[in-house]
Amino acid sequence: MNSYETVFILTPVLSDDQAKEAVQKFESAITASGAEIKHSENWGLRKLAYPIQKKSTGFYYLIEFQGEGTVIADYELMMKRDERVLRFLTVKMDVDHVTYAERRRTKNKIASN
Amino acid sequence: MSNDIRYLTPINIDIKKDKYCRFKKTGIKFIDYKDASFLLKLVNEQGKILPRRLTGTSAKYQIRVNKAIKRARHLAILPYVGDMLK
Repeated sequence: MNSYETVFILTPVLSDDQAKEAVQKFESAITASGAEIKHSENWGLRKLAYPIQKKSTGFYYLIEFQGEGTVIADYELMMKRDERVLRFLTVKMDVDHVTYAERRRTKNKIASN
Repeated sequence: MSNDIRYLTPINIDIKKDKYCRFKKTGIKFIDYKDASFLLKLVNEQGKILPRRLTGTSAKYQIRVNKAIKRARHLAILPYVGDMLK
């Protein structure tokens, strides 16, 4: 079992409901293949540093999950085929990354309260 | 007659400041590719990665810095080519 983290960007043309539905689709794909979602985060509409597919903004989402590495190929293929996704990146988390992520989460929680 | 050259204002001789690795000193173990404001300290105003020669980062962490910046670029958190970033 490893920890992984995925950041992906959705097109800004989607409505809130459509975006939520897309995220749910990916989340259920991850859980369906036996991985466990630890944390998911919505960064909202952010400006891109450079235009992607002629769009200058995008919805950023972050999903942290724990599972086997074989899970990734399936849902990355799904993202690749999905036209709503502008970019995605999946990263394997090492020990330092996991502790950093936990600390970041608690810090965000305090900030939001 | 003395041949001493005299200056009206004292010339600036760069005093070598000791460089240090900021990650080793502050104990940062993981460099986050999602944190744009931090990564901006490690690139020049065109978005190019600053060399170890200038920042003093140790080899171990420079590799991680490079990786983080390249990941950030892929996710459009940092630009590949920029202008006036600072």
